[in-house]
Amino acid sequence: MLRIENLSASYGEARVLRDVSLQVAAGEVVTLVGRNGAGKSTLLRCVMGLHAGQRGTVELDGRDITRLPAHKRARLGLGWVPDDRGSYATLTVTENLILPPTVGPDPWSLERVYEAFPALHTRRDSAATMLSGGEQQMLALARVLRMGARLLLCDEPTEGLSPLLVQQVGDLLREAKRHGVTVLLVEQNLHFATGVADRHYLLAEGRVAEAMDNSEVRSRERELLAYLGI
Amino acid sequence: MSGFAQNTFNGLVSGAFYALLALGLAVIFGMLRVVNFAHGAFYMLGAFGAYVLLTEAGVPFWAALVIMPVGLGLLGMALERAVIHRLTTLDPLYNFLLTFGLTLILQDLVKLRYGVQSSPYATPSLLSGSVNFGLFDFPTYRVFILGFAVLLCVAVWWVLTRTRIGMVVRAATERPDLTRAFGIDVGRWVTPVFGFGIGLAGLAGVLAAPMRAVNPLMGADLIIVVFAVVVIGGLGSIFGSVAAGFGIGLVQAWGEAYLSNFPIVSQTIVFVVMAVVLLWRPAGLFGREEAPA
Repeated sequence: MLRIENLSASYGEARVLRDVSLQVAAGEVVTLVGRNGAGKSTLLRCVMGLHAGQRGTVELDGRDITRLPAHKRARLGLGWVPDDRGSYATLTVTENLILPPTVGPDPWSLERVYEAFPALHTRRDSAATMLSGGEQQMLALARVLRMGARLLLCDEPTEGLSPLLVQQVGDLLREAKRHGVTVLLVEQNLHFATGVADRHYLLAEGRVAEAMDNSEVRSRERELLAYLGI
Repeated sequence: MSGFAQNTFNGLVSGAFYALLALGLAVIFGMLRVVNFAHGAFYMLGAFGAYVLLTEAGVPFWAALVIMPVGLGLLGMALERAVIHRLTTLDPLYNFLLTFGLTLILQDLVKLRYGVQSSPYATPSLLSGSVNFGLFDFPTYRVFILGFAVLLCVAVWWVLTRTRIGMVVRAATERPDLTRAFGIDVGRWVTPVFGFGIGLAGLAGVLAAPMRAVNPLMGADLIIVVFAVVVIGGLGSIFGSVAAGFGIGLVQAWGEAYLSNFPIVSQTIVFVVMAVVLLWRPAGLFGREEAPA
């Protein structure tokens, strides 16, 4: 579904990604793991079209989208879950949910979102930034599900969440996967990653250092954790 | 007591002009991150346009009230497409140079044709005379301005808070990049929003014509206070700019009435208020610190 070929990106003089190539098949959940500064978030931003100054190719369903602006990529079915959760302070919770147009064949209705997240329903008319961190994370995920996005780009959705909420995020991603949604996920929590994902890419210094499956990550957990510095 | 009511009323009327101009600056800054130093020139063009339409074509006030905002709004949109949009990637200094340069050009073009002396513009007959509200007589035209400006601010507020267009504008103002990532073509909204802000300035100018001296520099004098208003309200805050507009109108009117023995104080009070507000809240009364993209 998603194919990245020889992608390089830089911030000014600093090169953050060097010739990264990877693929995500339809219906797969794939994580990007790596130390801080390894280029994981930049890679997601490049896929979304939010990073100026990149070389290489990004393909979606065989179509070259490298030159496409972000809003057109979203309309092809990309769902953006940013690392800061992307809550709008000047929009209510409901407005945060209905801001993006629906882009996929199977969007969640607002009713379904509120049924799945009673806390969002209770606070539906409050400014989104008044929600707790966990609720804002749920809002960010609910928003792309309501869009009906086919490929979710999630930047550390479990960061700073309680174990209970981490489990809820996992349940959501697994449910999305059951409905055929594809997910590319930046994740530091290896335990969580092996629980939801099919495959993993280890990024180091802007390159794909290794591609691993779940059993490999589990058997090398100690080594990986030490490497990641967690 | 009636003196106080009169001063308050007059303060609200000048506040109405500040509010309309600050509102336009706020929506423009919010969407484009451009401070439009030419805003006062468009206010002047609104008033001058109404004057020229009346004296040279016999077009009445009410028609000018529609023609000038729409015409200037379209001119604003053309300017945005031609030059203003280039500013977004440049150093803010160019923002100042371009929009201030536009001011000088527009002012001098008007001067070239009509000179610098002020021209009178008759109050429309429907709004001449005065209204008695008990305490004293209010000039009908000023009552109209106040009512019209309040109505307009409420209408803009309604559009911004209750419609899908308003929601998109708020989202694009707060987080442009994020909003693009949600499938919204933010760029498409930039030109109309700029035109709308300019249209508001033109409208304020038409409203000012019967009340204030119509001359090429009328905008230059006013806009300095309007910038203080925008800074006090919080750059880019819609509500803040309107509230601060009316607030500063009041402060100025009260200052002139009750501190007239201390001209230094009454003439600088707006900027004293601005300095105090900035020390207390650097982002303005209703402003928020810039969020990351």
